[in-house]
Amino acid sequence: MLLALVLVPLAFAGLAALIRSSHTRPWLLPMGGSVHMALAAIAVLGPAAPENAWLGLDPLNRVVLGFLSLLFFLCSIYARGYLALRTSQPARIFTASLFVFLAMLTLAVEAQHLGLMWVAVEACTLSSAPLLYFNQNPRSLEATWKYMLIGSVGIALALLGSYFLAYSALRGGMSTSLFFRDLVREAPHLSHPWLRAAFVVLFVGYGTKMGLAPMHSWKPDAYGEAPGLVGALLAGGLTTCAFLAILRFFQICIAANDVAFARKMMMTIGLLSMAVAAVFMVRQRDYKRMLAYSSVEHMGILVLGVSIGGWGLFGSLLHLINNGLTKGVLFLAAANIHRAYGSKRVEDVTGVIRRLPITGVLFLAGFFAITGSPPFGPFFSEFTILRAAIAGGHYFVAGLFLTLLFVIFVGMSSTVFGIVQGEPSAKAVASGYKDRFFTTAPIVAFLGLVLLLGIYLPAPVNDSLRRAADFIEMKR
Amino acid sequence: MHGLVDPLLVSVLLFNLFILGTSRLQAVVNGSAIQGVLLGVLTLCVHQTLGFWAILFTLVAILIKAMLIPGMLLRALRDAAIRREVEPFIGFLPCLLLGALGTGAALVFAGTLPLAKEHAGSLLVPASLATVWTGFLILTTRRKAINQVVGYLLLENGIYIMGLTLVDAMPYMVEMGVLLDLFVGIFVMGIILNHISREFSSMDTARMSALKE
Repeated sequence: MLLALVLVPLAFAGLAALIRSSHTRPWLLPMGGSVHMALAAIAVLGPAAPENAWLGLDPLNRVVLGFLSLLFFLCSIYARGYLALRTSQPARIFTASLFVFLAMLTLAVEAQHLGLMWVAVEACTLSSAPLLYFNQNPRSLEATWKYMLIGSVGIALALLGSYFLAYSALRGGMSTSLFFRDLVREAPHLSHPWLRAAFVVLFVGYGTKMGLAPMHSWKPDAYGEAPGLVGALLAGGLTTCAFLAILRFFQICIAANDVAFARKMMMTIGLLSMAVAAVFMVRQRDYKRMLAYSSVEHMGILVLGVSIGGWGLFGSLLHLINNGLTKGVLFLAAANIHRAYGSKRVEDVTGVIRRLPITGVLFLAGFFAITGSPPFGPFFSEFTILRAAIAGGHYFVAGLFLTLLFVIFVGMSSTVFGIVQGEPSAKAVASGYKDRFFTTAPIVAFLGLVLLLGIYLPAPVNDSLRRAADFIEMKR
Repeated sequence: MHGLVDPLLVSVLLFNLFILGTSRLQAVVNGSAIQGVLLGVLTLCVHQTLGFWAILFTLVAILIKAMLIPGMLLRALRDAAIRREVEPFIGFLPCLLLGALGTGAALVFAGTLPLAKEHAGSLLVPASLATVWTGFLILTTRRKAINQVVGYLLLENGIYIMGLTLVDAMPYMVEMGVLLDLFVGIFVMGIILNHISREFSSMDTARMSALKE
């Protein structure tokens, strides 16, 4: 079953490469997305997989797998509508790459072996390059080049960190297994200096893929130039995989009883990411780049929550889902706005609510959700992290957290209200783009889920998140 | 065979410095290719027992590191008719000094790390750290896209050397280093196949400033 989750998207990728008709091909995306989601649902809800397999489900990646599959499914419906609008671009490679990307994301999430996970994340990066280069102009070339160069350095560092971790096991005189469960079990015997070095390098490496400051510089360019759909998948999918990797190494540090330095480092980088995002979001003139900085901010919140631990970790896992879903709302809505106005600049875009009533309202609601306004999900998860910070005696961190959230709210609101209000320009009115079923229904679904998670957290979700947090902190 | 390890590593370090100090792009690419061959031979020397897979992976590593990637870079250079790195962000001499300092620091630092007894006194760990450092220096100080690829190759070579410490203990770890090569290979090839090699190889990354705040 777990293997099928990887192989099915690959088969769809092959199919997408074979089909010549650009009318039939886009339909593959929702088909593949729904098959993947059905399989993922069976795997996530089903019994535990056999032990000592390369692929396996534990409480942590069970949550992540379900979330990613849902994210891809909703994006794939949108993709059907999007590709119908962009018939001038060569969509064959794009469609196939989307499926390969899904397959590798799934592999990275399911992998129970340090090396296999690394290979999968590497393949994710590689398969996302054609996605970024979809528009095939000099700007997207520049963005793809930066993304690949910085991403490759991140991946190279992740490999170096993996070597350090392996060496720490070797120095500790342990068995030669690099399965996560073995590493966690034998963590107390790891060589501590090498373990610390490994965590630092791994955190920087996978943190680069996650887009934490100061390794975030690829993010605004990549998210700014990529189609909105790709932005949603990167901001919700790829970063989630990298975060999962970091959580796994964090768990090893906890098991080795040497976690104080890791917490301190994550707390610093988390707050730094929020601060950098706040600086660049004030007076941001490009609404897609604004979303990229928002992603930097929320990656910061995720690692901050983990560094606080306890309820903070729970809040962080919940925020992972909330942020991913809300980013789906924002990126897809931004893509619709981009289609209708032909510009990403705030100067050219006014009156979205009048020009695109549905998209405009969704974008505005997405903005309120992502800045942590009740009753949406992110409010709840950010509040949980804040409460954990105060309960843990981190008053300074809590104060800074609140201040930065406030600055970001103010900074983002001036950009968002600037484009939502007013009268649309004549050019925008003449562009002929209209809200259609395929390009709005997925956004409505994303927003509905964000709202649901804010008002009422279903007990199964709550339980599985709780179990995942306990799994990481080794409380069982 | 084991006696060859340290002399080979010293040659790797010398090529680091050569690459740091030269402005001719062709020489830089050739230097990285020779380093690739050295690493291939090194892989053979490090193995305690030589099996089929060890030899196969060595050959694949040499093929990619010393022939495939440098070949593509040289072709891109020819297409674009550029020969030299102009005005790096930090001059060649200061860069060379930084590289030498980094190498010295790596030697000292590796001495303080708790090494397994079979690696105590070996140059594997310091050479790895020094090569990673050189790679970073080139990545950050050079403008030409080709030079940045070479910087990345050095970074990766350094990591590959670290992987060699695990050769007998951990299966699959060194092979992962080869995959990393393959990754760059595909990446560079993709760029060339997309008919943008002219733009790419003469690309002055300092001029890539359409996307900024």
